[in-house]
Amino acid sequence: MSTTYLIKNASVLGGEAADLLLRDGVIAEVGSVGSVRAEGAVEIDAAGLIALPGLVDLHTHLREPGREDAETVDTGTRAAALGGFTAVHAMANTDPVADTAGVVEQVWRLGREAGHCDVFPVGAVTVGLRGERLAELGAMADSAARVRVFSDDGKCVSDAALMRRALEYVKAFDGVVAQHAQEPRLTEGAQMNEGELSGVLGLAGWPAVAEEAIIARDILLAAHTESRLHICHVSTAGSVDLVRWAKSKGYPVTAEVTPHHLILTEDLVKNYDPIYKVNPPLRSAADVEALRAGLADGTIDAVATDHAPHPQEDKDCEWAAAAMGMLGLETALSVVQHTMVDSGLMDWAEVADRMSVRPALIGQVDDRHGRPLAAGEPANLVLVDPEAKRTVDRTALASLSQNTPYQGMELPGAVVATFLRGTATVLDGKLA
Amino acid sequence: MKRHLLSTADLSRDDAVLILDTAEEIARLSARPIKKLPTLRGRTVVNLFFEDSTRTRTSFEVAAKRLSADVINFSAKGSSVSKGESLKDTALTLEAMGADAVVVRHSASGAAYRLANAGWTTSHVVNAGDGTHEHPTQALLDAFTMRRHLGGLEGRRVTIVGDVLHSRVARSNVRLLATLGAQVTLVAPPTLLPVGIGGWPCEVSYDLDSVVPASDAIMMLRVQRERMSGGFFPTEREYSRRYGLDAQRMAKLPEKAIVMHPGPMVRGMEISADVADSVRSVIVEQVANGVSVRMAVLYLLLSGNQSAIGPDIAENDNTEKKGAGA
Repeated sequence: MSTTYLIKNASVLGGEAADLLLRDGVIAEVGSVGSVRAEGAVEIDAAGLIALPGLVDLHTHLREPGREDAETVDTGTRAAALGGFTAVHAMANTDPVADTAGVVEQVWRLGREAGHCDVFPVGAVTVGLRGERLAELGAMADSAARVRVFSDDGKCVSDAALMRRALEYVKAFDGVVAQHAQEPRLTEGAQMNEGELSGVLGLAGWPAVAEEAIIARDILLAAHTESRLHICHVSTAGSVDLVRWAKSKGYPVTAEVTPHHLILTEDLVKNYDPIYKVNPPLRSAADVEALRAGLADGTIDAVATDHAPHPQEDKDCEWAAAAMGMLGLETALSVVQHTMVDSGLMDWAEVADRMSVRPALIGQVDDRHGRPLAAGEPANLVLVDPEAKRTVDRTALASLSQNTPYQGMELPGAVVATFLRGTATVLDGKLA
Repeated sequence: MKRHLLSTADLSRDDAVLILDTAEEIARLSARPIKKLPTLRGRTVVNLFFEDSTRTRTSFEVAAKRLSADVINFSAKGSSVSKGESLKDTALTLEAMGADAVVVRHSASGAAYRLANAGWTTSHVVNAGDGTHEHPTQALLDAFTMRRHLGGLEGRRVTIVGDVLHSRVARSNVRLLATLGAQVTLVAPPTLLPVGIGGWPCEVSYDLDSVVPASDAIMMLRVQRERMSGGFFPTEREYSRRYGLDAQRMAKLPEKAIVMHPGPMVRGMEISADVADSVRSVIVEQVANGVSVRMAVLYLLLSGNQSAIGPDIAENDNTEKKGAGA
């Protein structure tokens, strides 16, 4: 018998305060403050806290199998729960690659065993992420892991014919191809955003056009095949314009942005500290502004972390030798609050939309996640204290790795509690 | 002056002039039969070279030895981006050995900056070339050479020709020469110029012939053959025709103008053999000046608390003169 929780006086989606009763995995009752009573329930005083549906990440690297020195499904999902997530999509670039039913089922099972949040494995589009031939997408879709999102993330499906076939093929099981948009020939050896600073620093440039050219092509392919395209981590103003155009045409295209592309700019590369090395790279302030605007107006559907753990030795080195990527799960909501809510660009209902509702729809897990906070719905939710301030301490993170770019930064907001099907995974800001 | 020499952007005009003046002083002393100075006796200078570079390493080695420093050559070739001993571990090792200065050459842009700032070592760091970023002592020796020949740098017109995109020499030179008041023009095919070059303190041209007659110094950069396979230009022949310096082009230079090259040269590519060996060419002199400039840099970094030229050198100089007169 699971614990029954009575959440009292929580501001639902940042709006009116209410009491919520969580029992047997569902939201049993939602009522005005003081109106809900339950015998034997654990009461949580949520005055001043905001209740959101549990967050859903479309883009998480859990590193298991293969790089258990960087992260495991267990540590990564602990980090996710602490960040307010009740579901994560585990990217396929593991070792072995998640390109067979066997590997995706392993990751899915590890997620179930860990129990901190739901883990939905992403399947590779091509065998070994090599971009040569399709992986057994159908087998992964039909497996116990029920894969719906397919991505070669980390690598671009750059071959236009192969991308077309992938888009067509996943229609059979209502899948979506999540593209890592990076034209490989335009980004050989690329180290940072291409612009004046890359020229000065002598680092090979990663031009915006290398992202935008692929996005433009894939939008047209999605329109042509009438299949769903999702674009991972858009990072440029031009990409936002392209997605906006695609949506104006009614094409089945969605897009995500990472928290770090909403807050950090390429200027940070000046000190050659690889903690800021990430793919796609940090861009200009104008790009950041366009991404924020795109997220606010709904052009960009989702915030996705691209949580990318790396061990110390892969970051404590010279820039060119360092791995690309940064942690994100435990700081995502704070960064979104800081950049989008506290700046007045979005309200909390919109945060719920971009971090839970729409990612759940894109990932085809909207029967369980991203649901309204209403009676009868699965009790997946998070309580956030928007007034809290915290200073990021990389040694205090649940993630096995410490490569956060926010070390020492003060960020607003704190996750107080996370509930997965009515069970607390986080209580009082700590793992339950 | 700062603790390290990582980029010419770190040098104020006063810093740069101090280095050049000191180098001038040292060059005078170097003309004597006994070239060695006792200045850095007991100090340890490590040459940490992750890339092959016989000329730069030798130049630094001679410079340090003439200042009586103990010199350790630490060649760590091959461990750049591959997984050998990391830059960090190498730095910790050198730190444990008590290096006072580390002269570092590395294929990764920013490696010298990381070495100086990542908390791995307390040594002074001299950047001897990092990737496609900077090579500040090369720029200093170039400025030194130009100053000698052109009688100063303020308002002098310096043309730098070639693979600016991949050139650490060009980056260091543009900044230093701008600091010293020279007018720099970069000439290259557009494929070999970095994006965003409009923000650099220099002019840019695609047309060498229009710039040559207005050049007090012309510096030819090496063009690596692999750039052609990278598709940066169609053929060596076409590059050479449009951007190479041959006798015909050299003839259009003003009378006193000099021809420079940081080496190693690709004769017949960016510079023809007769130009390289002509009277206008100061290429060999650049090498000689490199030692004086590197001595000045090591001296100023390692004895930075003492007055500019330092009493020991000055006294030594006087002693020598007196001795000679006696």
